Amino acid sequence: MNRIIVGAHYGLKDWLAQRISAIVMATYSVFIGIALASGGAASYESWRALMSGSVTRFATFLFIVSVCYHAWIGVRDIWMDYVNSVAVRLTLHVLTILGLVGCAGWAVQILWRL
Amino acid sequence: MTTRTVNFKIYRYDPDQDAKPYLQDISVECDPTDKKLLDVLVKLKAKDDSLSFRRSCREGVCGSDAMNINGKNGLACLTDLSSFVEGKPIVLRPLPGLPVIRDLIVDMTQFFKQYHSIKPYLINNDPPPERERLQSPEDREELNGLYECILCACCTTACPSFWWNPDKFVGPAGLLNAYRFIADTRDQATSERLDDLEDPYRLFRCHTIMNCVDVCPKNLNPTKAIGKIKDMMVKRAV
Repeated sequence: MNRIIVGAHYGLKDWLAQRISAIVMATYSVFIGIALASGGAASYESWRALMSGSVTRFATFLFIVSVCYHAWIGVRDIWMDYVNSVAVRLTLHVLTILGLVGCAGWAVQILWRL
Repeated sequence: MTTRTVNFKIYRYDPDQDAKPYLQDISVECDPTDKKLLDVLVKLKAKDDSLSFRRSCREGVCGSDAMNINGKNGLACLTDLSSFVEGKPIVLRPLPGLPVIRDLIVDMTQFFKQYHSIKPYLINNDPPPERERLQSPEDREELNGLYECILCACCTTACPSFWWNPDKFVGPAGLLNAYRFIADTRDQATSERLDDLEDPYRLFRCHTIMNCVDVCPKNLNPTKAIGKIKDMMVKRAV
């Protein structure tokens, strides 16, 4: 028996989150680009002063969370499109989540060490 | 009256005879009175009656003669012969992404299965009024650009998401028709319809590639309809 089963009843939240995280990433990229170009990247000290400021730290943290969530939805969609075996797909989903959570933790650690 | 020769490369496949499909070079003389691609195809059929394609109304209403014309899906009966570069062969293939039955004829079962899955009929449990269920002109306006769909499958078979998941993704034609009933003020199953589409495969496989808009021979916009379904889901949720 090979019945096609659909109706997982999710998707809207992810679709919305992907759009919102894209806005966060785009806004952050513009502002950090301007900050770095206007003296932020002149020396290590100026870069460190910029990145360890509480506003930048708050924004960078939001950026990291947005990148990871955005990437999760995008990569998951690729697995859903191209990987037919449910077992392989589930494994890839889990590995993607673990990889992204690890990256996010690492990034946060770097950010707060500055 | 001068005749001119039109060259074709046509996808041919007869599962009873051919081991695999091939492109056949064939040309036909056409008269100045032949205006549309279908006119010439009918002439070709008279020349070689083994060539198979669907056709019926020959005026863009039935949607039978949808095919892949020079790489882009369209209706043969609405495609002007003058739109082709003279001398260059016209490449005709069956609609992509569906099983080929023979030559330019594809098996539309999967396409109609998805279409039927969205319950393409008015659901209203109130007793029918004596004459008809009325709508305000403004409410009726919302159905423009939706009800005109002729189910030719040009859009759905041009959609990569449908190529990858034809069994799970409803496809642009099905979703356009889903919104046609979601938008209908006389329909009482709006919430159930939205519930049915709230699914990572059925609706959210649409990645706004917009091939559907590019190929629709009736100039409809399935992407816009899909966007409106998502808008309604957001409105319902927040």
